Amino acid sequence: MAQNATAPNSPIAPLPYVSSRDSRLVAPATGGPLLEVRDLRTWFPIRRGVFSSTVGHVKAVDGVSFNIQPGKTLGMVGESGCGKTTVGRTILRLIPKHAGEVYYKGQDFFAYHGEELRNLRRQMQIVFQDPVSSLNPRMTVGNIIGEPIEVHGIARGAEKREMVAGLLKRVGLDPTYAARYPHEFSGGQRQRVGIARALALSPDFIVCDEPVSALDVSIQSQILNLLDDLQRERNIAYLFIAHNLAVVEHFSDEVAVMYLGRIVEQAPARELYANPKHPYTIALLSAVPEPNPRPKKHRIVLKGEVPSPSNPPTGCAFHPRCPLTRQLAAGASANETVQITSGGEPVRVMGRCVHEAPTLVPKKGEPGHVAACWFTE
Amino acid sequence: MQQPLLELKNLNVGFDTERGLIRPVRDVSLSIYPGQTVALVGESGCGKSVTALSILRLIPQPPGRILGGEVLLEGRDLLKLSEKQMRGVRGKDIAMIFQEPMTSLNPVYTIGDQIVEAITLHQGVSTREAYQIAEESLRDVGISDPHRRIHEYPHQMSGGMRQRVMIAMALSCKPKLLIADEPTTALDVTIQAQILELLRKLQQERGMSILLITHDLGVVAENADVVGVMYASRVVEFATVEDLFDRPQHPYTEGLFRSIPKLGAHHERLETIPGMVPNPMRFPAGCKFHPRCPRTRGCANAIKSGRAEAAIPKGSNVPPDVVQAVDAEGESFPALRKCIEVEPTLREVHGSHWAACHVTENFDKAPGTVPQLEHRREVVPVTIEGDALPDVPVTNAAAMGLKA
Ligand SMILES: Nc1ncnc2c1ncn2[C@@H]1O[C@H](COP(=O)(O)OP(=O)(O)OP(=O)(O)O)[C@@H](O)[C@H]1O
Ligand SMILES: Nc1ncnc2c1ncn2[C@@H]1O[C@H](COP(=O)(O)OP(=O)(O)OP(=O)(O)O)[C@@H](O)[C@H]1O
Ligand code: SF4
Ligand code: SF4
Ligand SMILES: [Mg+2]
Ligand SMILES: [Mg+2]
Repeated sequence: MAQNATAPNSPIAPLPYVSSRDSRLVAPATGGPLLEVRDLRTWFPIRRGVFSSTVGHVKAVDGVSFNIQPGKTLGMVGESGCGKTTVGRTILRLIPKHAGEVYYKGQDFFAYHGEELRNLRRQMQIVFQDPVSSLNPRMTVGNIIGEPIEVHGIARGAEKREMVAGLLKRVGLDPTYAARYPHEFSGGQRQRVGIARALALSPDFIVCDEPVSALDVSIQSQILNLLDDLQRERNIAYLFIAHNLAVVEHFSDEVAVMYLGRIVEQAPARELYANPKHPYTIALLSAVPEPNPRPKKHRIVLKGEVPSPSNPPTGCAFHPRCPLTRQLAAGASANETVQITSGGEPVRVMGRCVHEAPTLVPKKGEPGHVAACWFTE
Repeated sequence: MQQPLLELKNLNVGFDTERGLIRPVRDVSLSIYPGQTVALVGESGCGKSVTALSILRLIPQPPGRILGGEVLLEGRDLLKLSEKQMRGVRGKDIAMIFQEPMTSLNPVYTIGDQIVEAITLHQGVSTREAYQIAEESLRDVGISDPHRRIHEYPHQMSGGMRQRVMIAMALSCKPKLLIADEPTTALDVTIQAQILELLRKLQQERGMSILLITHDLGVVAENADVVGVMYASRVVEFATVEDLFDRPQHPYTEGLFRSIPKLGAHHERLETIPGMVPNPMRFPAGCKFHPRCPRTRGCANAIKSGRAEAAIPKGSNVPPDVVQAVDAEGESFPALRKCIEVEPTLREVHGSHWAACHVTENFDKAPGTVPQLEHRREVVPVTIEGDALPDVPVTNAAAMGLKA
């Protein structure tokens, strides 16, 4: 008696659930990654005119690959609009892919359908970036969190209510809040309801899309400590998307930096922060605001316009804004450089950056440190 | 001395719920001067957004109700205006960037239509001109390809883009006061820096004031002139940004600062303030922070071991009475009697530094006025002005992997 969560009173539309308690379809793989993403591409059509004909594509995700080990966290950072949310949603099949593969415990996730897919999805949850649009406004918070518990036959009645109360408490909310509706909560409280819901089914993989950005630092720490404890207790793996670089560093084992639909650098968390290679990563780290009213840090300021994923720059997508290529061009011979227009101004950059796209290659530093830049060692 | 642009005097707001009246804003007083940025920080659910919405009279009524107080914009009490007069204030004198952009962008209209509507409503320009202004303001907030983007619907944009659309919309009408509720949480740090820089520039050009609500204490430290800290529906501390970070007075503020995860310090465990935010249905008696407060505990323990002198600051006039209090988990612990019986009000404890804690030096004699601080920050962070690249790549050559 599988129920489909697209029923009108479901807490979130796109995530169907299963009924039976422990119908884990896929045996835990031994040693292999929990999740393997290969050359994933998600393109959105751009439609124009009376017939809505497709005139191009927004290549929101354009060739992303990574692995996540069981019980580990991959942090994901990058410019707003670079495709982080789209990666998370495509992996969970909440939006269709254009190309690429996702393996879950070694099995092709895109090959599952119907009941099997629903079973699998119970193990993969998401905490949405925008809690307003992901919580059904007509359900009490208790029902939002409790429904999947009941639908999956984990508990009902008093036992279910107790579980809900326990989950609310764990995310730092008063259990009596179960009777309230989402609009009666503050932004950060709603975000925590989303977290409690994702935890309800004891998943082994959670996409956390900006899970703590709406929270004050004390509750943020409580939630991060909680996610950390659960990871230890239940071996949960996280794809952790966030803009707060200090939080990402703290929380992640590995960090991937995205720029315009691609990963441009990836490394163990500490290594990335201590030894960033890609100029975009360096700029990003330099822009982190310090909790100090007399900031001293030197800032790298990116010039030029933010590029559009429907019309990405040639070669290295970062070249119109890259401070390194400008710097190098200033000291290079004329035949190595070209003039481009960036932010309405003529700028000299290295020809290679404009003509050839760099790929992710190992860089000097700890093993596992890769970056896509022609000119960093 | 200049007059404040906005003053809140003992603002009180309630919500009638099925379970009774809750009071998300209690006796909130603060002031904002022209061209000043006042940041409001505090625990999730402590009443920051409701305070902001009440200034614009945008809390849903019912269940919301302004229970009392004044909201003075250039001396005029907005709470006394008719709804029609209030419409003239919204968007034009005071614009707001909402915490969750999806709640305030209409999903069935393109973002262009929504910005243009706001512009034509307040500026009396033609639709064509308004489209031009709209495109420019989208470019200002770093949206690429505004000519195409302007025809898109909100769901086609990323979270951060929607937030920037909201910012563009709010700024296009040149308000005197911008209320920005978490304006940059969905943005990466480089675009965040760009937006904050844009706000600073507009602030200088137009003398715009900003009420900045944010959880990011880095953003606060680098952008605010003055900071208010809220806890359990009240302002518990109000000070210049330098003073607040140099010597926080309220134990809640101290706890917040300790909880900040620091870049480069790969902690195993993050510090937190133990316990839970109190439910406004069941606020504890006395100081609302007492069930979680390390200071009252520390003092009580010191008194019990005969070190009352050392524990209680001069002039705070807290009697050395210890009682058993109950924390959020129901555990009992020793606390000062005054803390659990009397709720402290906001008082000026040092020159230009307001706090609401009994166990603060001179608290007993400190005046309890509406906090006014015509302060401008000393250090303005690195600006993004200037067209040539600064000498940054050279100084960062090593970091960039360049051989010297
Ligand atoms: N349904 C859609 N239709 C068309 N374009 C879309 C759609 N959803 C996302 N996009 C586009 O895809 C790109 C990536 O969006 P995404 O939401 O993944 O970014 P993000 O990295 O999560 O950004 P943020 O940090 O701002 O949340 C953006 O250019 C966005 O406008
Ligand atoms: N419509 C409503 N009905 C009942 N209670 C409400 C309503 N809106 C807000 N509240 C309550 O009022 C209190 C203050 O909410 P507010 O949104 O101001 O918090 P906040 O400080 O902005 O928090 P956050 O940092 O999480 O955004 C919260 O306890 C919230 O649950
Ligand atoms: S490849 Fe060139 S443009 Fe791209 S990041 Fe490296 S130096 Fe900059
Ligand atoms: S008044 Fe007492 S309980 Fe409240 S913050 Fe001060 S010491 Fe703590
Ligand atoms: Mg996103
Ligand atoms: Mg809020």
